[in-house]
Amino acid sequence: MMKQYILRFTFYTLLFSIVLATLSTQFAYAQDNIPSDDEVNEVAKGLYCPVCENTPLDVCPTEACKQWRDVIRTQLAEGKTKEEIEQYFVNYYGDRVLAEPPRTGLNWLVYILPPVIIVLGAVLLFKKFQVWTKPKVTETASNQERGDGSTSDKYISQLEEELKKRN
Amino acid sequence: MFAEFGYGVLVLSFIITIYSGVVAVSGVRRKSVSLIESARRAQLLTFPLISISSLTLIYLLVNNHFEVSFVYEVTSLSMPTYLKITAWWGGQAGSMLFWSWLLAAFTSLVTLRNWDRDIEFLPWVILVSAITLAFFLFMIVFYENPFSRYWLVAGNVVESMFKPISQATIFTPDNGRGLNPLLRHPGMIIHPPMLYLGFVSYVIPYAFAIAALITGRTDDRWIRITRRWSLWAWLFLSFGLVLGGRWAYDVLGWGGYWGWDPVEIAAFMPWLTGTAFLHSVMIQEKRGMLKQWNMVLIILTYALVIFGTFLTRSGVLSSVHSFANSPIGPYFMGFVSFTLIASVYLLIRRWNDLRSETEMKSVLSREALFLLNNLLFIGILIVCFWGVIYPLVSELVTGSKVTVGPPYYERATGPLFAGLLFLMAIAPLSAWGHSTLQTLGKAIWKSILASFILTIILFFTYTQNPYALLGFFLVALVLFATSHEFWRGTRSRQKAKNENFFTALSNLMMRNRRRYGGYIIHISMALMAIGILGIELFQKETQGTVAAGEALIIGDYSVEYRELASWDVPSDDVNYTRAVVDVYKNGIYLGQLYPRIDYFYDAEQTMTIPGQRSTIRDDLYILLVDWQPVSSVGATFKIYVNPLVNWLWIGSLLFLFGIIFAAWPDKETQQENFKSTHSVSQTSAAD
Repeated sequence: MMKQYILRFTFYTLLFSIVLATLSTQFAYAQDNIPSDDEVNEVAKGLYCPVCENTPLDVCPTEACKQWRDVIRTQLAEGKTKEEIEQYFVNYYGDRVLAEPPRTGLNWLVYILPPVIIVLGAVLLFKKFQVWTKPKVTETASNQERGDGSTSDKYISQLEEELKKRN
Repeated sequence: MFAEFGYGVLVLSFIITIYSGVVAVSGVRRKSVSLIESARRAQLLTFPLISISSLTLIYLLVNNHFEVSFVYEVTSLSMPTYLKITAWWGGQAGSMLFWSWLLAAFTSLVTLRNWDRDIEFLPWVILVSAITLAFFLFMIVFYENPFSRYWLVAGNVVESMFKPISQATIFTPDNGRGLNPLLRHPGMIIHPPMLYLGFVSYVIPYAFAIAALITGRTDDRWIRITRRWSLWAWLFLSFGLVLGGRWAYDVLGWGGYWGWDPVEIAAFMPWLTGTAFLHSVMIQEKRGMLKQWNMVLIILTYALVIFGTFLTRSGVLSSVHSFANSPIGPYFMGFVSFTLIASVYLLIRRWNDLRSETEMKSVLSREALFLLNNLLFIGILIVCFWGVIYPLVSELVTGSKVTVGPPYYERATGPLFAGLLFLMAIAPLSAWGHSTLQTLGKAIWKSILASFILTIILFFTYTQNPYALLGFFLVALVLFATSHEFWRGTRSRQKAKNENFFTALSNLMMRNRRRYGGYIIHISMALMAIGILGIELFQKETQGTVAAGEALIIGDYSVEYRELASWDVPSDDVNYTRAVVDVYKNGIYLGQLYPRIDYFYDAEQTMTIPGQRSTIRDDLYILLVDWQPVSSVGATFKIYVNPLVNWLWIGSLLFLFGIIFAAWPDKETQQENFKSTHSVSQTSAAD
């Protein structure tokens, strides 16, 4: 009887210990798994508030954005990556939540057009430079006069003086 | 009664503005001096008339006439008088009246100058100013009327200037909604007027440019007349941008100064073309080149000024700045298109007359480097313009809106800004007309060596980030090369005039204000670049909820939460919630900071005021996070460490000093001004 009692006690103690250990591990896991504000903000700063445009989610004070930050926290706790969370928001609210247009279709124009125009401008300027700096046989009189900035300045200031006297 | 009076005077101003434009053209057609003089006087009359209308509005604002819708929207009983006055430009209708008032003041000032040598410009300058002013007055009189009132009609409140039906009675709310709290900051009180001053000032050089195109007087006279206008316009616009940045840093609570918001970019775009113009006109003055290009730049600047006002005022791009929505957008677009098409038509008509008198001789000459500088400025403009309008294009074409945010702008403009820094270092050392690699190398090798040594020191002591090191190298190059220019000039003057160093430096600068003012601006830009590099590349941030006595750690700093208090100030109609935190650096106690949240009852809006500790090395910037619950038990803080950011503000102050130094009238100009005033008074007496 006594032996049976000891066995039963040992069994329940072991069972309790196992349950406790499991629970405490789960609890500790859950504690460790709550993403910090910094981890949430790291994802949130790459997303834009769909309500107040041009405001990143990490600094937006609206109630909606607070809820969206909570969604990010939950998804991070579930082990989702930054890209997966971004995709989740894009699916719900469209491309406007991303800090930049995705590199697809018409959006390529955002990335391509400015450098193309700048490079074209540079090529045009370079060609113009080539024409300008090509040695020329003769120069106009006005060319020679304007050649030296100080001469031009002197000339202009003298002219200005004379005009002033006339006034 | 006051509202009707203010509106009536405004309508009169509108009619007189149209009269001045029509009569100016008619005077030219009939070759009638008296008609042109009549147009000039009509134009002069617009300033006192719009002043009277503006004073009436200020009277209504200060005396809580909430039956006037504009007064109701931007003021409340608890606002101090100075804020009620500044509420004039705190809302859409008032700010457009303010814009018009400034334009009337500037055009009046310009018509008072001595026109003896440029009389052919006068009617066209009046016409361009009148068209611009008439457009704004038209918007105010018909769409954005600041004198419109509330009426009670069959139990409903309707807004109308005049009694809608005979039974209607005036409706006066007990209190107004109050100015947006974000706009009650000192920086924001001065920021819009500075931007408007900059915007409006650019109308004057544009008016002269158009006058030159119409009259065919395509020499550089129009540039010489408007040189100082352009500089002052640039000063105001720059000051407005800097104030906007400081305001954002102090009240918007994101730990930064520039968010690449479309409305920020709207003010930045005319600054870009204006800066390119400032450099480019020097080439025309010195070498008789780029006449066509200068016309393009001033036309673009004017178009961007109107476009910027349109973006800010029309609410077409909603953002933190767009506190206004109204049906004026299509009119603005129409006006931008009309002025742009008309200007381009005039430019094409005179294209051949605007050919350069000389040609570039060397790719390393100063004019060639200035032209490269222009290419970079226009490159940044293209990036900005396209980034701002692409979301609209996307919405129009695909129906889906996208965000073009800071990563796009930073990546695209970073290399262009680096290129500008490089040019800022070398261009002042190259000569007008002709420079070679040898002459340039001889002038700059010492600066390159010093910058290289400094970069190596920074590599071992501060950072190994290659972008930061490249940035610091370029900044150092600008600082060394420009300082060397001051040194070289002073030493040669010392030898030539036998003066001591400081007298020689002072005389050198005073006699070449434009050049040395420009160099000061270059130095200030380099200092600002240090701040930008610091915050962009080294900013740290953390956020966390702590109980009293607990600390958040960031870098070398430890921020310990002490206590929190919340109280109402009924006279201000504001609730303040203020936390007290102890700040330690490497374990050494530095003092307390007080981040707070202000809740404005009238506007039902909060404002986050950071606790800041600023040093030359970095800023500790603590925010009490306003979307988390606060209590004496625990509070959430967001903390930023912004390295080197103070150099941005130091550079900004030096920048303003540099522009004022360059634009300040010298003795010769003062004498000329005296003469012109004298001449005008004589003319008036003769009349």
